[in-house]
Parts: sequence; C-alpha cells; structure tokens
Amino acid sequence: MSLIAITEVKKRFGDNEVLKGISIDIAPGEVVAIIGKSGSGKSTLLRCINGLETIDEGSIVVAGAQFLPDETHLKALRLKVGMIFQQFNLFPHLTAGGNVMLSQMVVKKTPKKDAEAVARKMLDRVGLAHKFDALPDELSGGQQQRVAIARALAMQPIALLCDEITSALDPELVAEVLAVVKELAAEGMTLVMVTHEMRFARDVCSRVVFMHQGRVHEIGAPEDVFANPRTSELKQFLGVQ
Amino acid sequence: MIEFSFWDILRNLLLAARWTVLLSLVSFIGGGIVGAVLLFLRIGGRRWMRLLSRGYIQLFQGTPLLMQLFLAFFGLGLFGIDVPARLAACVALILWTAAFLAEIWRGCVESVAKGQWEASASLGMGYLQQMRYVILPQALKVAVPPTVGFSVQVVKGTALTSIIGFVELSKAGSIVTNATFQPFTVYGLVALIYFALCWPLSKSSQLLERKLNVAHRNH
Repeated sequence: MSLIAITEVKKRFGDNEVLKGISIDIAPGEVVAIIGKSGSGKSTLLRCINGLETIDEGSIVVAGAQFLPDETHLKALRLKVGMIFQQFNLFPHLTAGGNVMLSQMVVKKTPKKDAEAVARKMLDRVGLAHKFDALPDELSGGQQQRVAIARALAMQPIALLCDEITSALDPELVAEVLAVVKELAAEGMTLVMVTHEMRFARDVCSRVVFMHQGRVHEIGAPEDVFANPRTSELKQFLGVQ
Repeated sequence: MIEFSFWDILRNLLLAARWTVLLSLVSFIGGGIVGAVLLFLRIGGRRWMRLLSRGYIQLFQGTPLLMQLFLAFFGLGLFGIDVPARLAACVALILWTAAFLAEIWRGCVESVAKGQWEASASLGMGYLQQMRYVILPQALKVAVPPTVGFSVQVVKGTALTSIIGFVELSKAGSIVTNATFQPFTVYGLVALIYFALCWPLSKSSQLLERKLNVAHRNH
C-alpha cells in the first residue's frame, strides 16, 4: 500500500493552472526526487502535500488520512509529514535546541525534560550536538539546515518533504546536508525531495519524477530517467542531445 | 485683586499635569489591550472579523480625535445617559489609541518573514500557537520603538479633552490664564511641562530602536 497517494491533483492560482492533474503513489521507504525547470509546479506539489497550499481538485492521502483544509485535519497531516525549506526558516529568537524543542512542547505537549532529551538526540543525529545553545545567527547555512532537519525529525514524521534544501547554500556546505539526507534514506525514511542535485538524485533516490508545465512528464528509476530520457523536454533539461 | 506668584501658577499647572499623566496611562494601557484584540481579529480570524477590525481602524483613523471626543461626550447624552467628562475622555482616547496601535502592530507582525508562518505551520502549530511562540516574540522587538514613539501622540492627544471640560494640563492652563492675565507665562509653562513628558519618551524610542537593531542586525 502506498504511503502517500496523490491522485489527479489540480491547483490553480487565479487563471494560471500550475498543477494539471498529478498522480503519484509513493511507497513507504521510497526516496523520490522531483526535478524540473522552475515554474514546472514541483515546489507547489510539495507544498500541497504538506497543506501549505490548498488543492482545487483531486485528492492527497497520507497514511490513510485524507487532506482536508481545516485545522484539525491539517494538524493530523502535518504530524505525519515534516517539511524542510530552502530558506531553513529556523526561529531566529530561539537557540538550536529551542528550535527543536518548541513544537514538541507546544503541539505534542511533551514535558520540557523529555523534549530536551529528544532535541539533544536529534541534533546529535545531524552532527550538531555541540551547537545546542547556539542561536541560528551563529550557525553556517549548512548547520542551520541541519538544525531544521533535526527540528522536523523531532516530531517523528513518517515522511519528510524537502523543498530545494541545498539551493540556498554555498557549494562547500551542500555536502554536509546531503550526507544527513543520505543517512536518513539509508535508515528507511520516506523522502520526497525537490532538488537540483542531479548526482544526488541519481545516487540516492529510488525514483525520479520529471515535471514539466504542471504535469508528470516522465517517471522511473534514476538509471532509466537519466540514462535514457525519452522526451525531448527531459533531454533538454538534462542537457543531453 | 489677588496676586499670583510664579510658584502659584507652576504649582497649579503641575497638579493638573497629574491628570494628563493619568489619562495618558489609562489611554495607553486600555488602548493597548483593545488594540491587541483588534490585531488578532485583523490578521487571523474569519473574514467578517478582519472586515470588522479594518472598518474600526479606518473609522477611528479617518476622523478627528476631537469629533470622537464630542461623540463620546454628547452622543451618549442623547440617549439620556449622563457621561462625566473624565469617562468620555478615557473612552474616546482608549478607542482612538487602540486603532493606531493595532495598525502599528499589524505592520510589525507582517514584517516577520512568511517562512516563519510556514515553518511553524508545517510543524503542526495552530494559529494561536504560531502567534504566541513564533511570530509575536519576533514582532515585539520590531514593535517596541514605534509603540513608545506613539505614546508621545497619546500624551499630546490628551490636550484635546480640555474641550469637553476635563481639567488636565491644557484646561488648567486656560483657567489659570483667566485668573492671572499672564497667558505667555502660563502657556509657556504648559508647553514646557508637555515637553518634559514627551521628550524622554521620544528619546527612549530612539535609544530602543538603536539597541534592538543591534540584536536584529542579521535579518
């Protein structure tokens, strides 16, 4: 059974239809990379899965829970899927540890002591145990993104959505973030990532989705998609002739 | 004819200035509470709440404070309710202050990056939790200097309540002038007392702005 079932999803911004009927089924433990030009709707699709955007038609079911746009359903959905953003979006007024503790305490009502223990464990998992008391300002971009990953993991999601999480990083900091993601994938976490890191997609992902103009243009195992692109759009996108 | 010494004048004005201070405090605190409610309606809430709050703010920002004072003082009188001047003054100033503070604070809340709302939402927080733990702590830093700055407007706004007969600093000034026939001395002193009240406020607003900006320099 699929963990995330996206069926015929359509999304419009005014007259502009950005998703024109998307259907993807994602199995538990799968690592799916979504690639495509900017404006192809890949980020919008990801935001729909987390309920940051409402959908106009179709359905999104995560682990049996239907996406409905009211606060109770949204909260249930968001407890299942964590999201990591391009701009990290750490809470600047809290320390790294505070960032990881906050939602546990506020949303799950975890006692402070337990939340702190979880936060230390999660920060250790992303290699930042020693930065527990550092403010986001004092961390590098790569470190901030790793704290953001720890923050999402602390909610014990069954899937993680990654929205171009290395695009805002200096080149030398990309590797440390991707290493953490790779480790998560190895541990069996379900991951859906919008990415421009083609090599990473090829090495780590179990499936690659190529989106073009609001549709799934090609989908398949990375070796097929990258080695034998069938459509001219994908060939052009990958720069092969 | 009774002679008034300089000290007599000053003493009477200072006694009346207590009412200016008290009225300012009541207006500012009351206005802050009502303003906070308006703020929550304005940026969260349902459509009708937002419209209600926006309508309120536009109404109070779009009419002179003097008219609001008249309406509070005479308007209720039409329904046979006798409103003492000090009550009308407090009510009108609280409502007026609330409208401006709500609008100042809205700007501060909106200055918090949109990603903060999205990140906290994606972690499962509800609207009030997002406000309480993520948005307001950041907005507060931005809000302190303009809020303290606006308190100067409140202090000066209290002068208008003299028109409906509330005896604060300005009204005391005209009463003392009528008794002493020394308008220049009296109003000069009145102006100085207002300045003594307002200057520390605007100065501290400036200092706070500089201080909080330092803590905020990386954003």
